[in-house]
Amino acid sequence: MSILVNKDTRLVVQGITGREGAFHTQQMIDYGTKVVAGVTPGKGGEWAIGNVPVFDTVQEAVTATGANTSIIYVPARFAPEAIIEAADAGIALIVCITENIPALDMVMVRAYIDTLNTRLIGPNCPGLITPGEAKVGIMSGHIHTPGSVGLVSRSGTLTYEVVYALTARGIGQSTAIGIGGDPIIGTKFLDVLQMFENDPATEQVVMIGEIGGTDEQVAAEYIEKHMTKPVTAFIAGQTAPPGRRMGHAGAIISGGEGTAAEKMAVLTKAGARVARHHDEIAEMVAENVSK
Amino acid sequence: MNLHEYQSKRIFAKYGIPIPQGEVATTPTEARDIAVRLGGKVVVKSQVLVGGRGKAGGIKVANNGDEAEALADKILGMNIKGLTVKKVLIDEAADIRKEIYLGAVLDRARRRVVLMASSEGGVEIEQVAAETPEKIITMAVHPFLGLRDFQARQLADGIGLPKDQINDFIKIARNLYQVYMDSDASLAEINPLVITGANKLIALDGKIVLDDSALFRHPELAEMRDPDEEDASEHEARRHGLSYIHLDGEIGCMVNGAGLAMATMDIVKFYGGDPANFLDVGGGAQADKVAAALRIILSDSRVKAVLINIFGGITRCDQVAIGVLEAINTLTVKVPFVVRLVGTNEEEGRRILAEANLITATSLADAAQKAVAAAQGASQSKNEGGAA
Repeated sequence: MSILVNKDTRLVVQGITGREGAFHTQQMIDYGTKVVAGVTPGKGGEWAIGNVPVFDTVQEAVTATGANTSIIYVPARFAPEAIIEAADAGIALIVCITENIPALDMVMVRAYIDTLNTRLIGPNCPGLITPGEAKVGIMSGHIHTPGSVGLVSRSGTLTYEVVYALTARGIGQSTAIGIGGDPIIGTKFLDVLQMFENDPATEQVVMIGEIGGTDEQVAAEYIEKHMTKPVTAFIAGQTAPPGRRMGHAGAIISGGEGTAAEKMAVLTKAGARVARHHDEIAEMVAENVSK
Repeated sequence: MNLHEYQSKRIFAKYGIPIPQGEVATTPTEARDIAVRLGGKVVVKSQVLVGGRGKAGGIKVANNGDEAEALADKILGMNIKGLTVKKVLIDEAADIRKEIYLGAVLDRARRRVVLMASSEGGVEIEQVAAETPEKIITMAVHPFLGLRDFQARQLADGIGLPKDQINDFIKIARNLYQVYMDSDASLAEINPLVITGANKLIALDGKIVLDDSALFRHPELAEMRDPDEEDASEHEARRHGLSYIHLDGEIGCMVNGAGLAMATMDIVKFYGGDPANFLDVGGGAQADKVAAALRIILSDSRVKAVLINIFGGITRCDQVAIGVLEAINTLTVKVPFVVRLVGTNEEEGRRILAEANLITATSLADAAQKAVAAAQGASQSKNEGGAA
């Protein structure tokens, strides 16, 4: 077992004929992911990456191939439409890689998909991987190895770093998910922690947060009250200059400024082990394994 | 991207939000002419993109054209928190009876645009939030419904607005929400919104922050950018689509991914170094972008070593390597480079860089320690050279 993606994942790639879409579709196929369809409006009837059928709409792709998961590589100005189209076609899991989507577009998209039975991961994320089963994203497959550590992170490349360090120590992963760093995202730490807690294949969890927002604080509350599995946490941005990244008024109404120190303190209090720098994460996970 | 007060208020006016009569001057003579035209008392307001202009002496009241000219002469060219004043706004002075606050902002937790109002206007809303949070009333707006009149009315009630002003307040709140949505703002605030002696509401000061990701559909707003808002290297970085923040340390960092870039800065600091910058080359960076990033990093003369940390996903290590080579071959600045490439196309990237004779590292901890050592070595040899 694992969460969200596995051997039964049937993937449709939105934007399959673009440069990034084509490159990463090939990588996903090489990893063993079942890529059953591609969508590029106007290119229906063609074939991509050798033998992947291309459709004009997601609905056609779903009807013809039974796709149940979508990954989106289309440019930012078309990505909101692509997410809505996938949700409308009944796709259960939508992974949006695209970065720089206007925040107000995501407010609208999220309000719409919340009315449907669809889960969105991202946008502005690396996707997710269940090692040995399916890769739905842009991470390097070969650094992963099957195992029992669940990872969830706001940062793509930081996740790769931790996975790389774990694999080097012979510690495998159940599923690794990058949830994205944008202000409005589809899936938050809390959602993923709940899934890992309920997943028999996951024995411990790594959570990689960042400065800004309050999602880590919300996650800490869940860890304290409901998590039975060990959680190792890290917050990036301990040395970031304050006030340079986000409008401050947003942080006010969400309560708190979202500094690294504040998040680290709350997570420690909730019973998570908090790494001081990210190379410590793998060490802490290894200690849990040998216990 | 931040808009100036005068730019923000012009947009407000276009949406029917009352603002004082006023014009922008770049010389004392212009300031005088505007003040004479407006007649009576005016306020001379420096237009720089920082808070605390009033405290810094950048906002003054003039009783006539002569005084306006003298004050403009003093304020133009003034340095406020590192920025030189190049423009002043000459506004007719308002008869202020009470100051309130009204703002629109994106609330990540609620995933909604939220309107905030407070009876405490004229002070920074952060201060109100810290000291008297109960004086801030918020209303989340559903994107399919927009701001409803009853919500604006609840805001007005919540801050104890007198009955005669409620209808005007509702209009202003609706218009401010429309400004926010139409301009893809991340913040639009009126502070203070004043009640005048004649019981009118008027937006005395305004601030709009735009979502950079949405500027592509607002060319007319993108044109309003004040290049003085960012330093030259930050401006250059933005031109290349790089996210760069200049800091005070000596180790230049080029990293892909904001999270990893921050973690790289953190670990440099952990091992006793000081990062010279935050730089995220972004996903899928091509060689030319990487070369541009290195040029920007090395334009800072304090940089004594460069740490390149790339974990390839959508970014391909071979493209990064080509960019690094290109930069090294064209740059005259010689500082030690510590390079760490892992992930997509890493073998090819390493092969490309093998001939360049750079310091390589496998783990990030290793890379950070080598960069700190290299920077110390570089400053040491510089000192020795100076002594000889």
